[in-house]
Amino acid sequence: MTRSAYLRLAALAVLTLFLSPTVQAAPLSIAQLMANLAKNPQGAASFTEKKFISILEQPVESSGELLFIAPARLEKRTLNPRPETMVLDGDTLTLERGRRKHVLQLKDYPEVAGMIESIRATLAGDRKALERVYHLALDGDSERWTLVLTPLDAKVGKVIARIRMAGVKDVVRSVEILQADGDSSLMTIEKLASPQ
Amino acid sequence: MTHTRRHGITAIVLWLIFLLACAGIISRTHFTTDLSAFLPRSPTPEQQLLMDQLRDGLASRLILVGIEGADAPARAELSKQIAQRLRANPAFASVNNGEPVDAERDRAYLFDHRYLLSPAVTPERFSEAGLHAALGDSIDLLASPAGLLVKSILPRDPTGEMVLLLDQLDSGAQPNLIEGAWASRDGARALMLMQTRASGSDTDAQQRAMTAIQQAFDQAAGASASARLVMTGPGVFSVTSRDTIKRQVTRLSIISLTLISTLLLLVYRSFSALGLGLLPVISGALAGIAAVSLGFGEVHGITLGFGTALIGEAVDYSIYLFVQSEQNRADRQNWLKRHWPTIRLGVLTSIAGFASLLLSGFPGLAQLGLYAIAGLVAAATVTRFVLPSLLPANFRIHDVSAIGLTLSRWVKRADALRWPALLVLAAACIIVVVNRDSLWNDKIAALSPVSQADVELDARLRADMGAPDVRYLVVVSGANRESVLRTSERVSAQLQTLVEQGELAGFESPSRYLPSTVMQRARQASLPDRPELETRLAQAVQGLPVRAELFTPFLDDAATARRQPLLQAADLQQTSMAMAVDALLIQQKQQWRALLPLTAPEGVDINADHLRTALDGMPDVLFVDMKAESDRLYSGYLKEAIGLSLGGLVAIIALLLLVFRSPVRVLRIVAPLAAAVITVTAGLSLLGQQMIILHLVGLLLVVAVGSNYALFFDRPEPHTPILPRILASMLFASLTTVAGFGLLAFSNVSILQAMGVTVAPGVILALMYSAIFARQSAAGPSNV
Repeated sequence: MTRSAYLRLAALAVLTLFLSPTVQAAPLSIAQLMANLAKNPQGAASFTEKKFISILEQPVESSGELLFIAPARLEKRTLNPRPETMVLDGDTLTLERGRRKHVLQLKDYPEVAGMIESIRATLAGDRKALERVYHLALDGDSERWTLVLTPLDAKVGKVIARIRMAGVKDVVRSVEILQADGDSSLMTIEKLASPQ
Repeated sequence: MTHTRRHGITAIVLWLIFLLACAGIISRTHFTTDLSAFLPRSPTPEQQLLMDQLRDGLASRLILVGIEGADAPARAELSKQIAQRLRANPAFASVNNGEPVDAERDRAYLFDHRYLLSPAVTPERFSEAGLHAALGDSIDLLASPAGLLVKSILPRDPTGEMVLLLDQLDSGAQPNLIEGAWASRDGARALMLMQTRASGSDTDAQQRAMTAIQQAFDQAAGASASARLVMTGPGVFSVTSRDTIKRQVTRLSIISLTLISTLLLLVYRSFSALGLGLLPVISGALAGIAAVSLGFGEVHGITLGFGTALIGEAVDYSIYLFVQSEQNRADRQNWLKRHWPTIRLGVLTSIAGFASLLLSGFPGLAQLGLYAIAGLVAAATVTRFVLPSLLPANFRIHDVSAIGLTLSRWVKRADALRWPALLVLAAACIIVVVNRDSLWNDKIAALSPVSQADVELDARLRADMGAPDVRYLVVVSGANRESVLRTSERVSAQLQTLVEQGELAGFESPSRYLPSTVMQRARQASLPDRPELETRLAQAVQGLPVRAELFTPFLDDAATARRQPLLQAADLQQTSMAMAVDALLIQQKQQWRALLPLTAPEGVDINADHLRTALDGMPDVLFVDMKAESDRLYSGYLKEAIGLSLGGLVAIIALLLLVFRSPVRVLRIVAPLAAAVITVTAGLSLLGQQMIILHLVGLLLVVAVGSNYALFFDRPEPHTPILPRILASMLFASLTTVAGFGLLAFSNVSILQAMGVTVAPGVILALMYSAIFARQSAAGPSNV
């Protein structure tokens, strides 16, 4: 595995994070949901993530904190089972695990960039950026909604089959990612006191 | 007369033979501009290492390339095109710009040999408990963002050896990637790192490599005309310094000769006098180069630069002859009787001064000493024995007695300046004493002919690149490859502890890529046989969310690894690690050496004592701080040079005492010279110029040249006035010397500049102090 491939994969996994609190109201239309999401400039939350991997008998679990600051900063701080940090700021992705630190530019990894951009775009309520890479489908009402993203981009599609975000009112509650190889992950999010 | 004439002819013939011999030697002389002049003649083990590293080491072969201007995509594209072109060029051992070119081969090497390479492979690791712990770690990793990496190889590598090897390989800070190529942190520059196959001391090869890079850039840059190429590195430095020194020495000699010739022409108003007057100079220069070539096997460019300045000094002897004996042949015989002994003594004092430099362990200094001695002796000898016979019977130069008389009147009044001069001298003494701690610059960088702008560019590119500056090294010596690899492994274990304690940020070792055979066997033996491993694995997965059957590929791989042939150096071929091993594992004659470069924690120097303690008791292991070592080397030279110069001074005084047998008289001669030296030193200190070794050589020259003046001003009985024409000759002599050395003061090669700013003012001061403090004659000016 080369270093860059390693990083690319690691960056891909950023995907696993997103989330975030935001917004009011239960839109019926994508436009409305986006507008609501866009209202919240930042949010902090705790997360629990379960990965279902075919070679493992049971899912592996991790947990930690998430922070989104509009429009471009996304932090995922894993506390268990191993401390680990992933920060996306603008085009720069920084990964830290133990004493190792990797910094990479998103645009050098178009397939990863497409996905991450879309997650960040959801949190920021940036529909245009989202629709550049994904087909969007919204279901439910303003109380409970589900947004399903299906990759339009072939490179992204090689890794990700579908992303399903579920929310209550203005808050993203879970992110489920189904990978192209059948493995999946489910991240559930509890909003913390907003730093606002 | 016939007798003299026969002697004259013999002298001319001998002289011509001598010149031919010199020319013969020079035609076979090797001229250098590299660091050799600054490296010791009898090095300690640390110094030897320093020299080897400077000449051929890993760092000496690196060229850092930056591409500036245009926009980011264009820069990245240029970087890729240049890299592609140069990768096909055998002159480059490696060309890196962040593109994953060797990635597949590297990966295969690491993965296929992971059980031979991984330092984690021990019998404990493959016990039930060890397997359980390692599996647990790998499963943890699956939950992380890096999980996608390990997922696919988990069945073959459940203990995570590959991840460990990759982590180890990736320990250095790497530049950012922009558009798929390395870029500086601020994104304004694309970066490349090349390693030449030729050593850094092979300046010609380095120059060819630079040309190849420039050509690759030019051919690729067609589309983006605003892009610029910059290069740095030790090899680049030696090429540019060679160019600078070559250019400067050529230009300086031309200007210096022109200036001095013009000056002499103004004085002599005769081309034949000018031509004849330059004969001793040319003879001196040839003798100097030939002597250095014979004595050292090569001549350094700096020695030649020094030689151009010495033109102004060597020409003095013929000036004395022509001006002091301007009348006719009889007068010249008279000159030989009356004044030659004074000049001869001046030459002898110069030799006494410079002879001390010959003892220097600093070859650059010894070369200058030998050049000066040979050059001055040859110039004086030719003036004395050859030149008179060459002069035509009616030889005359322009009458300079008017100038002489004017000077005479000035000199008579010079004692009015005694008090002001004493005040200046007192002030100079105070300045020197007050600033005594900051007079000297003891950093070796002060000698470097590399310009400040180039040094800054180098620092910038290095910082961007995170390039190894190879300041700290642990060196392991041994009789063969196996033994140095064995020791490297033991040292690595110690270093790893220091890394964990935070004393070190990291280190590199050849044993990482090519473990010793003993180590490889031990690792193979750590793997249990297949049935045993299967049993242990079945136990190890208890309590973990995996089934043992998943790991059948691991059992296969482990069984293969137990029987796999051990890694040899040749197995590394075609991987990017081959370069690392080549650079870190060196065979020299019967000796092998492994280098383990250390990386200091960010912003901190490595604590040498802690390191030495940690490595204490390991034979054949040496910790070297290259920077401290080179500074120590240079400050050693500086101390030695100061000592030798003082020795030279003592020799001069002893010589004068021997000749004059009068301490008072010697004091009168030496005092103006000492005054000039002190004043120049104070002046440099006031101007904020810290002295390097070459300033010291300059001061020695001030004494050597000034001694001629002081000797002329010195008379046994004060009632005889100094002849006006002698005064005129001294004025012309000092002007030519000032012209020769003054030019050096404008050189941007620091070592040449140092000599220039010292000698030019020093010589004038020596002349003035000699005039001011000369004993005044009671009588008025006599006839010319």
